[in-house]
Amino acid sequence: MNAVKEIRFSQESLELIEKMIKRYPEGKHKSALIPVLHIAQAEFDGWLSTEVMDYVAGILKLEPIEVYEVATFYSLFNLEPVGKCVIEVCRTSSCWLMGAEDIIRHLEKKLGISPGGTTADGMFTLKTVECLGSCGTAPVMQVGAAYHENLDLNKVDNLLDKFRSEGNRKCYTDRITPDQK
Amino acid sequence: MGKKILLENDHVPGIRGYDVYRSKGGYASVEKALKSMTPEAVTEEVKKSGLRGRGGAGFPTGMKWGFLAKPPGVARYLICNADESEPGTFKDRYLMERIPHLLIEGMITSSYALGVKTSYIYIRGEYFYIARILEEAIDEAYKAGWLGTNILGTGYDLDLYVHVGAGAYICGEETALLESLEGKRGNPRIKPPFPAVEGLYGCPTVVNNVETIAAVVSIINQGGAAYAAIGIGKSTGTKLISASGHINKPGVYEIELGVPVEEFIYSDEYCGGIRNGKKLKAVVAGGSSVPILPAGLILKTAAGEPRLMTYESLADGGFATGTMLGSGGFIVMDETTSIVKNLWNFTRFYQHESCGQCSPCREGTLWMEKVLRRIVGGQGALRDIDLLWDVQSNIEGKTICPFGDAAAWPVASAIRHFRKEFEEYVTHPEKISDVKHYYSVNNLPVA
Amino acid sequence: MPKVTIDGHSIEVPEGTTILQAARMIGGNIVPPVMCYYSTLKTSGGYCRTCIVKVSKGSDKDPRPIPKPVASCRTAVMDGMEVQNITSPELLKARAGVVEFLLINHPLDCPICDQAGECYLQDLSYEHGLAKTRFEFQRRTFTKIDIGDKIKLHMTRCILCYRCVKVADQLTPQRVHGVLFRGGVSEISTYIQKAVDNDFSGNMIDVCPVGALTDRTFRFKSRVWNVNPVDAHRDCSKCKGKVALWLKGEEVYRVTGRRDAYDEVIDWICNECRFDKKKTSDWVIEGPSNISRHSVISQNHYTLKEPRHKPLLNAVKVVPDQNLINEKK
Repeated sequence: MNAVKEIRFSQESLELIEKMIKRYPEGKHKSALIPVLHIAQAEFDGWLSTEVMDYVAGILKLEPIEVYEVATFYSLFNLEPVGKCVIEVCRTSSCWLMGAEDIIRHLEKKLGISPGGTTADGMFTLKTVECLGSCGTAPVMQVGAAYHENLDLNKVDNLLDKFRSEGNRKCYTDRITPDQK
Repeated sequence: MGKKILLENDHVPGIRGYDVYRSKGGYASVEKALKSMTPEAVTEEVKKSGLRGRGGAGFPTGMKWGFLAKPPGVARYLICNADESEPGTFKDRYLMERIPHLLIEGMITSSYALGVKTSYIYIRGEYFYIARILEEAIDEAYKAGWLGTNILGTGYDLDLYVHVGAGAYICGEETALLESLEGKRGNPRIKPPFPAVEGLYGCPTVVNNVETIAAVVSIINQGGAAYAAIGIGKSTGTKLISASGHINKPGVYEIELGVPVEEFIYSDEYCGGIRNGKKLKAVVAGGSSVPILPAGLILKTAAGEPRLMTYESLADGGFATGTMLGSGGFIVMDETTSIVKNLWNFTRFYQHESCGQCSPCREGTLWMEKVLRRIVGGQGALRDIDLLWDVQSNIEGKTICPFGDAAAWPVASAIRHFRKEFEEYVTHPEKISDVKHYYSVNNLPVA
Repeated sequence: MPKVTIDGHSIEVPEGTTILQAARMIGGNIVPPVMCYYSTLKTSGGYCRTCIVKVSKGSDKDPRPIPKPVASCRTAVMDGMEVQNITSPELLKARAGVVEFLLINHPLDCPICDQAGECYLQDLSYEHGLAKTRFEFQRRTFTKIDIGDKIKLHMTRCILCYRCVKVADQLTPQRVHGVLFRGGVSEISTYIQKAVDNDFSGNMIDVCPVGALTDRTFRFKSRVWNVNPVDAHRDCSKCKGKVALWLKGEEVYRVTGRRDAYDEVIDWICNECRFDKKKTSDWVIEGPSNISRHSVISQNHYTLKEPRHKPLLNAVKVVPDQNLINEKK
């Protein structure tokens, strides 16, 4: 049985949140909700559990439903547990024209999962996403904050090897830590 | 070689950093505006320049600024729309990644013109690494005294922040963006009131695209008249075009408005022609929302005139034979492309991105996606084509925000110009079952 | 005061009046139908798009027509504005399109739906809908859930009018439900199993234009046209205590707010009055309720020569008589 992990932001995150809230006029701290949810997702295993969302609601003095409404609206927030490395492959027109379907099929085969799924070892989650704004360097996938562009099957294989060998790096689900590019 | 304004220095090593940017004449517009111009005079130059919103709608920027309500004692806001999510568009990303200080400089000058003390750059969540780049640049600008209190000793104060979204195309719509910035769902507001009167936190607000704001820098440095001298007619200045798809040289190009479309596609200065010696089939000229045009109509207007890269020329012929400049997301498709499958792809995008607030868009995009999926899967019927036509026309113009139109136009135009291909799909499903209709990653057409 | 003309009827109205309010002042069949607007709920309206009208002349000052249909519930009149509703075939076609959108994912389970007979969507589909659906796919479904012990949420029927969200925001101390997810999968939900539990939550049932929120104390007990509404009141510490009792014989089948001609609740009522006071002895009965045009009762399809039930209370004579019916048409 897993011990229930206490949900509490690190001191560093709390300071960051404090800084975020100050960016908005007094009384408008709700504006910090999306930035704080990003921080929460990065800190708490790449997804937003109801406990985490309730915790965020408490910090920002919001009703929990206000947090649920927002978290469920935006596609970057994961509402279910994800792997250590979340691979988001663009599937929209320009990427599709340049072979995104091949990339997705290849990843499905290599990882043995369909989009939305997570590998049994908890290493990879595969997602398909809409236009990432990388149409000129299509096909593209995003992992954490980093864009991997002009993909072909070899490149994808090499990237998978790299992710696997680096194992547990937080950056693959985390968009908060500075860019890995 | 066309004149470059925005991307003049994009390949200068180190231009991302403050020192190099400054050494190339950066922040001159802030100096000029704050020290020698009134806010009204800055606005006047922007009006003179004829600059039009570069996010897609093409509304005159100076006029938009002129609408800003200025009740005494009420804060005003300038928001930079960096939510670039229109499929086929990646110019703002390029600009922010390469020359972040250009945007920041434009924000300061524009904020001064509008009498704004706090500004935000709303950037889409996927561009997180660019948000970092912008934040670093903003830090540099604060340190160098271009932001903060009493800028250049003029008594003008300005704070500038980056606000990161979280994945929602609809937040590119300015009122949805404001809702999102207020920490809510990105549901567009019902207008009126317009943001110029009641925007962020109920205060008067201007929302401008990244490229629009960046263009203000040169307008102030060179004067509105000099900017207006570039381009043709009401399409003044330069425009960033994001070129993608089946071309030899995809990428971001700064063009003087007025370049012929044919030159843009085939000249080595720009797209460099169609890949692998294939023929051009169709172009989506201004991002996924604008009508798709077949090769014949994108290169020449219905009257046989060469089509130019201007707001007016691309729109020539209305939606019957024309399209729109939109955001400048220029997607090129060669002869192997399936228009039907591409349309399904677009429609799936709109269905995924609809906020769901108003019924025609919520239900209509969902419906169109299902019908197209059926057609693409070889299960369609001829009546499905007419049904699609009906559904898109029932969405168009009936929704709260322009998203409904953006979802309807691609469907209407694809059927208008490529009806035969749709009919082929439903009458000969056996022909399509093995055809992939797109390039493999090894750059060879798969057929 | 601005003067507006709707389908040829002119009226002067106070500044800021919406086209819909002006139409309601004129009355009759030129009043656009609504699914989401509710005059007493702030910021309601604009979502369903059924109340769209054509503005054929913007104003005296700027006579240009508005190119697209506008939501009459959220558009203020201008002096000299000319509006077309039922006189524009093109507009009626557009509205039929909207109604079709509202229906494609609706289960059309009227035969087993408690709202049948007082359902706005049912009315709309009679007036504007096609006899046969053109939507040949599986409809969207959700599991029914209880939000609290008194209210059933049947999301499959919901048309996302947002009224219940606004009730929770504006009438109750804490909102625990809202619109979650987005686009075609948006839903009204509490996200995690949670009871909507406060003194005024029952008003969500009254404002729901369809059968998505129903009164668990009334579900499946009777068709609405087989119960007769009477106005009644009691001393209540939480609300004004002015309600409509829906009776069959002496039995109180349900308690709702009293409704006006447009089926809007006149005074919000508390949950105690709504759910707990189910005996006629709890109430002082005033007399038969005015019945709104939307009620199936006002369609007169169920008029009986004689009351089916024994004369009810001594104080009241409840006869579904034409005189009792406040027919707007």
